[in-house]
Amino acid sequence: MSKRKAPSGARQSQASTSDKLKSLWQSHLAIALQSIRKLRSEPAASAMTIAVIGIALLLPTTLFVAMNNLQILSAGVSESSRITIYLDETLPEAQGRSLSEQLLSRSDISAGEYISPAQAAEEFREFSGLGDVLDALEENPLPAAIVLTPRNVDADSGAALLNELNGLPGVESAQLDLEWIARLQRFLELAQRMSTALTLVLSLAVLFVVGNTIRLAIEGRRAEIVVVKLVGGTDSYVARPFLYTGFWYGLGGGLLAWLLLALIMRALSGPLAALLSLYDNQHSMHGLSVLQGLLLLSGSAVLGWLGAWISVRQHLSAIEPR
Amino acid sequence: MIRFDNVSKRYPGGHQALSQVSFELGEGEMAFLTGRSGAGKSTLLKLIMLMEKASQGEIVVNGKNLARMPREQIPFYRRRIGVVFQDHQLLFDRTVFDNVALPLQIEGYPKHEADRRVRAALDKVGLLKQEKMNPMALSGGEQQRIGIARAVVNRPQILLADEPTGNLDPELAAEIMHLLEQFNQVGVSMLIASHDLSLITRLSHRILTLHNGQLINDATYRVPSAATHDARTDRGTEAST
Repeated sequence: MSKRKAPSGARQSQASTSDKLKSLWQSHLAIALQSIRKLRSEPAASAMTIAVIGIALLLPTTLFVAMNNLQILSAGVSESSRITIYLDETLPEAQGRSLSEQLLSRSDISAGEYISPAQAAEEFREFSGLGDVLDALEENPLPAAIVLTPRNVDADSGAALLNELNGLPGVESAQLDLEWIARLQRFLELAQRMSTALTLVLSLAVLFVVGNTIRLAIEGRRAEIVVVKLVGGTDSYVARPFLYTGFWYGLGGGLLAWLLLALIMRALSGPLAALLSLYDNQHSMHGLSVLQGLLLLSGSAVLGWLGAWISVRQHLSAIEPR
Repeated sequence: MIRFDNVSKRYPGGHQALSQVSFELGEGEMAFLTGRSGAGKSTLLKLIMLMEKASQGEIVVNGKNLARMPREQIPFYRRRIGVVFQDHQLLFDRTVFDNVALPLQIEGYPKHEADRRVRAALDKVGLLKQEKMNPMALSGGEQQRIGIARAVVNRPQILLADEPTGNLDPELAAEIMHLLEQFNQVGVSMLIASHDLSLITRLSHRILTLHNGQLINDATYRVPSAATHDARTDRGTEAST
């Protein structure tokens, strides 16, 4: 001050543009760190907010992962679904076998087996325990059959395949447990919708939680806001620390959700593997991939920022120096 | 620097805080604004700070008509004006240094430049040694000097003060006034609201007197070295008592 001679303070007191940009970056960094320090200075309150956000995010994330696993599992199941073709009784065995060979060479069939009437009777005797009934009959009533394992079948392509097989000469009827696959698919679709709806609702919850927390923070710093506005702080300058706080809340909540999910997966993986092994299934659980995890984090951080922004817009303009 | 032209302010609810006030404060001029509590001193300063808008009349500050200033321009306008408050308006969650640095942070000064200016301002008000302390730990007079340092750190063209000595004993009050005078001597235009007549009449500056929202007197007192009370020159406003 003492060095000042001329009264024309205006020109002297303006910083240059590049200096201002550098300083803007510095001030963003400082405010970002400052808002973390503020959060750490009230650990209990911050932890509570982050916990609420984390749990709210955990629900849709868990659903997402469960759906993911179910889809992979169901793909495996439909892979193992089988088509049984019952052949015309009049079709000679040699022709039946050659039909089986033909079908096997198709690209949408991964495995196939011809079962003669005698084999069928044998299996029936073995698995049904009703061999006596078969013995009581004069001749073997069971038709020859071909059992096929289709490749990548869903409800629609399965129906088309079945239609085609039914039209083949020498085929009495072809059956596929399509209804079961269709049901599973409908169920998965429904679950997907539910998880989308839940994600939306819980994202709203995160917005409100952050918004309300920021509202309280604004109330708590009312005096500071007034002073800052009095000495020439713009609205965006005043809003900045709150936006950063919201950002950190969201990011913290996202991290917590990821962590909790990993813990849940750990706890479930043992029993689930045991359960699946009963069904001869080698499925291993998939958690969030790194990319999906990063998406979760960025999504939650954006939600936190947005919640803060809404709150700031509503409450900050009401605080003016009087 | 500051021109009021028939300015009136009526608050919602009907209270008439200012009526038909006209005056002009030149560049580098220093003036006191006096009158009883409720006479309209604070309102007048608030109008200049754009904390309130005039109901009637025109206020021009540094060539800018305040009635036509868009809301988003207000912060930038306020950066050119330093303000000192009776209650200091300091922030007790940070050090003396950071309190003074606030206007520079807002304006986005590089740290080294800001630090230099803050130290210069603190040096000027004699608080350089206390820069790391919390303002809460300092006396009322010292707190007021922090407020002054914060008001001038940005090298404003205009300095406003609202009862800057209101809570201080006479000796400290005089000290603060002398400090403010020093800033005026380097060219800052100054308008200081104070009801402490015994103090301000001892300083040879222009005195604007408000009564019930009207400007009733505008005069310059000479330092009473000759002990003559007639050594005042009336500027003659439209008002009279």
